[in-house]
Amino acid sequence: MDKVTQSPLARYREHLEKGELAYQFDHSIGTAVFHPRVIAPGSGSPDLEWRVSAGLGTVYATTVNHPRDSAPYNVALIDLDEGFRMMSRVEEMEPKDVKIGMRVKLRVNGRGEGATEPLPVFVPVEASR
Amino acid sequence: MSRATRGGAAIVGVAESDLGTVAAGMSATDLMAQATRRALDDCGLALSDVDAVFAATGQARMASLSLCEYLGIAPRIQDATNVGGSSFMFHLAHAHAALEAKLCDVALVAYGSTQRSVGRQNLSVPEFNPYESPFRPVLPVTGYALAASRHMAEFGTTREQMAEVAVAARSWALMNPVAFETKPLTIAEVLASRMVSDPLTVRDCCLVTDGGGAVILTRADRARSLAKPPAFILGTGATSTHMQISAMPDLTVTGAKRSGEVAFAMAELSAADIDVAELYDAFTINTILFLEDLGFCPKGEGGRFVSGGAIAPGGRLPVNTNGGGLSYCHPGMYGIFLLIEAARQIRGECAERQIAGCEVALAHGNGGVLSSQATVILGSEATV
Repeated sequence: MDKVTQSPLARYREHLEKGELAYQFDHSIGTAVFHPRVIAPGSGSPDLEWRVSAGLGTVYATTVNHPRDSAPYNVALIDLDEGFRMMSRVEEMEPKDVKIGMRVKLRVNGRGEGATEPLPVFVPVEASR
Repeated sequence: MSRATRGGAAIVGVAESDLGTVAAGMSATDLMAQATRRALDDCGLALSDVDAVFAATGQARMASLSLCEYLGIAPRIQDATNVGGSSFMFHLAHAHAALEAKLCDVALVAYGSTQRSVGRQNLSVPEFNPYESPFRPVLPVTGYALAASRHMAEFGTTREQMAEVAVAARSWALMNPVAFETKPLTIAEVLASRMVSDPLTVRDCCLVTDGGGAVILTRADRARSLAKPPAFILGTGATSTHMQISAMPDLTVTGAKRSGEVAFAMAELSAADIDVAELYDAFTINTILFLEDLGFCPKGEGGRFVSGGAIAPGGRLPVNTNGGGLSYCHPGMYGIFLLIEAARQIRGECAERQIAGCEVALAHGNGGVLSSQATVILGSEATV
């Protein structure tokens, strides 16, 4: 395969800077791929198409971490409608109220704030209207 | 390399190093070496007999090199496979194949860790993962908490059922003179203890101790000539499903399903034949998942299976008879201790906690965040 001129992570972050959640699609076996890679898992195909998610998903698993010295916070796994899963968190609600099966929508935090990396978080679908 | 055969090799020597909080300044390799000395004494072999070294620890990048230098030996085979806490089951399977292929004659598997003494934070810098780390998962516990959340949602598993696992482990630990925990534990105490990563409290989580262990293996013919009854390797299976928890295909089904199927097929046995099960209990949800995936109960029934003291002393299935990672010892990569306890149960050496008539013991190792899974089935002479 050809020399890589832009890493999968750099491309992913370029999308996030635009407020987009990017993933890849492996045409050879018809599956979404996340995290982004240089070749596809399973098939080994180097022909991965970049796509942008509609940002809608469902909470697959959720927990609340309780640090000894700071506020509890949510960590969740989100199943995006396009067929891939990612770690994130659900905001705009109490961490303990995040429930499996809840519909959520993407919000990219921290764009254009200098050193801050843009971060793809989720909010309840209802709250985003 | 020839295919490893049922009963073709055996565990002949086992030992723990010092456990709990070890002497100040002890290193992980000191503990490996101490356990090695004790395991050699256990079987009557000499250091000069060892011609294969398998080692892993979170405190040495090249664990087998560290140990070989320390022991002053240059073995024919060495292997520092590190797939987390199940590494030693992987080592055992590799050693079994190497022994039968006559690539070596006596294999040493060793582990050591001083994580309690040095503090977990000082063990190693967690790998930064740009797709997970920004969300501040506390690894590994967050990964297991996510799996527990899913198990509760899909199957109705309760915090009380998970607490049963911790209480059973504690009951066994009270019969183990070297267990870290020495006082009884109740379900109410587990539920009321400090929440770490919901639904897991600190009592749903393994201990943070120092400790090491060593296992000596040789081919079956030689094993029979040594000091103690061999624990024959009847079956092994090892696999992985992911590295990061976000990449685990189904959080309620672990690779133990696959590793168990392979190990049972090789052993020509099923879960019903197991007299004692040593299952890697880094967190209470683990035991429930592995009971299901290894076929001791149907998927989703693990919580109900452990209820009412069913895996505690006197219950329907003896599980984690040494007190487990929850109450006996957990220096970070606990798998070797499962092999040690399983071999001792086969030998009938476990005194108060000995399972009468134990002929077949299963040791199941887990690594990462339910990532690597490896099953070892050991049997007495009568089972070969």
